[in-house]
Amino acid sequence: MASNEAADKPGFWGWLNKRLAVDQVWRQHFSEYYAPKNFNFWYFFGSLALMVLVLQLVTGIYLAMFYKVGDVSAFDSVEFIRREVSYGWLLQYLHAVGASAFFIVVYLHMYRALLYGSYKAPRELLWLFGMFIYLALMAEAFMGYVLPWGNMSYWAATVIINLFSTIPVIGPGLVEWIRGDYGVADATLNRFFSLHVVVIPMALLLVFLHVVALHEVGSNNPDGVEIKARKGSDGRPLDGIPFHPYYTVKDIVGVGVFLLLFAIVVFFAPTFGNLFMEEANFEPANPLSTPEHIAPSWYFTPYYAILRAVPNQRIGALLLLLAVLAFFFLPWLDRSPVKSIRYRGGLYKAFLALFTVSFLSLMYLGLKPATGAYVTAARVFSVGYFAFFLLMPWYSRADRVKPVPERVTFHA
Amino acid sequence: MTDAGTMANDEGVDQSRRKFLTVATSATAAVGVAFAVTPFIASWNPSERARALGAPLLIDLSKLELGQMITPVWRKQPIYIFRRSPEIVAQLAAHDGRLKDPKSEDSVQPTYADNEQRSRRADVAVLIGTCTHLGCLPKQHFEPGDALLGTDWPGGFLCPCHGSRFDMAGRVFNGSPASTNLRIPPYSFPTDNTLLIGQDETTAQGAA
Repeated sequence: MASNEAADKPGFWGWLNKRLAVDQVWRQHFSEYYAPKNFNFWYFFGSLALMVLVLQLVTGIYLAMFYKVGDVSAFDSVEFIRREVSYGWLLQYLHAVGASAFFIVVYLHMYRALLYGSYKAPRELLWLFGMFIYLALMAEAFMGYVLPWGNMSYWAATVIINLFSTIPVIGPGLVEWIRGDYGVADATLNRFFSLHVVVIPMALLLVFLHVVALHEVGSNNPDGVEIKARKGSDGRPLDGIPFHPYYTVKDIVGVGVFLLLFAIVVFFAPTFGNLFMEEANFEPANPLSTPEHIAPSWYFTPYYAILRAVPNQRIGALLLLLAVLAFFFLPWLDRSPVKSIRYRGGLYKAFLALFTVSFLSLMYLGLKPATGAYVTAARVFSVGYFAFFLLMPWYSRADRVKPVPERVTFHA
Repeated sequence: MTDAGTMANDEGVDQSRRKFLTVATSATAAVGVAFAVTPFIASWNPSERARALGAPLLIDLSKLELGQMITPVWRKQPIYIFRRSPEIVAQLAAHDGRLKDPKSEDSVQPTYADNEQRSRRADVAVLIGTCTHLGCLPKQHFEPGDALLGTDWPGGFLCPCHGSRFDMAGRVFNGSPASTNLRIPPYSFPTDNTLLIGQDETTAQGAA
């Protein structure tokens, strides 16, 4: 750990560091923070998620300057932003497309953990903080989706809030309390706007804890080898390189590529074929007309497909909840002696493939109507989804793993 | 209390008195917190205005034709009111075997609507038009043998969100994600041709 040597320096730098350990923090978390040298493509998504968070914060603050919450004014004010505020269309598209981009980046970030066992000891807490960020992100996305007060906003709010009505005894009263009315109404919209803003400081705190927890244990890597186990005579990990400048510069390249793709969507396909912004949401909320076909945003559809696949309402809602919470238990479900997929056997690879196919298929099926073959398929893939988690204690132990090298594999 | 260091600091301290004061202070604070959070939690309940707007609603039935449905809004929920022919009411029992809750034992309705046709009067059906699954509005498919729902369809409602199906008495069919029949609000008939939604013998002032 870097000590606060800068405090002994003469002049302003010494004066400042005696009072605030700027130099120490910089060295501890950037210039002398050692990350494995074998990071690949998958390691872009953490810093990208941080960048999208900043993008959502900035665009969100500006949208809030023009948005007028309320069942009469909300829809019109969003149209006003899109049509009449100077560059308002860009702010709104950046925020709406940014929400989808956030989930793309976060899902890839999480998938990286599945590939390389990044949730395994000693990174359980890091993983849990990440999962809480994911929950906060889901809450933000859902409440933000309601704010434009389009017809999909209204019906998405109705359907999701009604999930709570399946809780025994307190359900119906709880639903009325959440809505503040006998149906989704002005009161609901107002509190969602407040909460959409209030979750931000909590999410920022979680992100801070996520990064602090990461820097305590250090990053995992594609080989799943602990670089801290092999240190040179100077006390630095042999396979580590300073985060700055090596990974700050690498991440700038990642950000550049990401922004290029992001800009293409924002400027040329902001609705992304009805996926990032839905047609029905360009109509004002109408409590007397359910849209012909209701589907949540694409990032919720895997869970939604599971909900619809179950013929019993209460069990459906319970499985939806379990499908999200299952990720929390991964560090303890995985009994494999190795972390990375590079050294796992065929069993884990097969189950990860099953999970991947199931998740993507459920994502697709959740966008389709709940009829006939779609429901049957959703049931099959729901079983695949849960099999990955429930059978993990067995197959991760029974797997024939390969020997893990002592040092990371690296080809300069 | 066992080592010399703490012994010295605790000299002359009445431990049981200290423990009592600690517990008493904490308990008082906890009660205070419970009182303090009450307004914050209670503020989320429906406001007085929302409650007032939920008052009983009087509907004129004189222009409601056979097979026609009107959907006035009561408490933000559409109320499905439709006139059924004696034939439709008579054939309700025929498909009891295909229903999840044919006798409405697990469903929500006032006692006077807890019967085969689920209504006070056989000819007028009154249902809350929000799906008991997740609250979408089931759409009207009154024609028996509807193209979308197959030749054995006796007429009823189909929810566009998750595909729940209900019959002409709002009873849910097997294979629907909804588990219970469409709910029925309290209602009464002040005269033959008027319907009062939200008020019956049990609700003296209606909006509760």
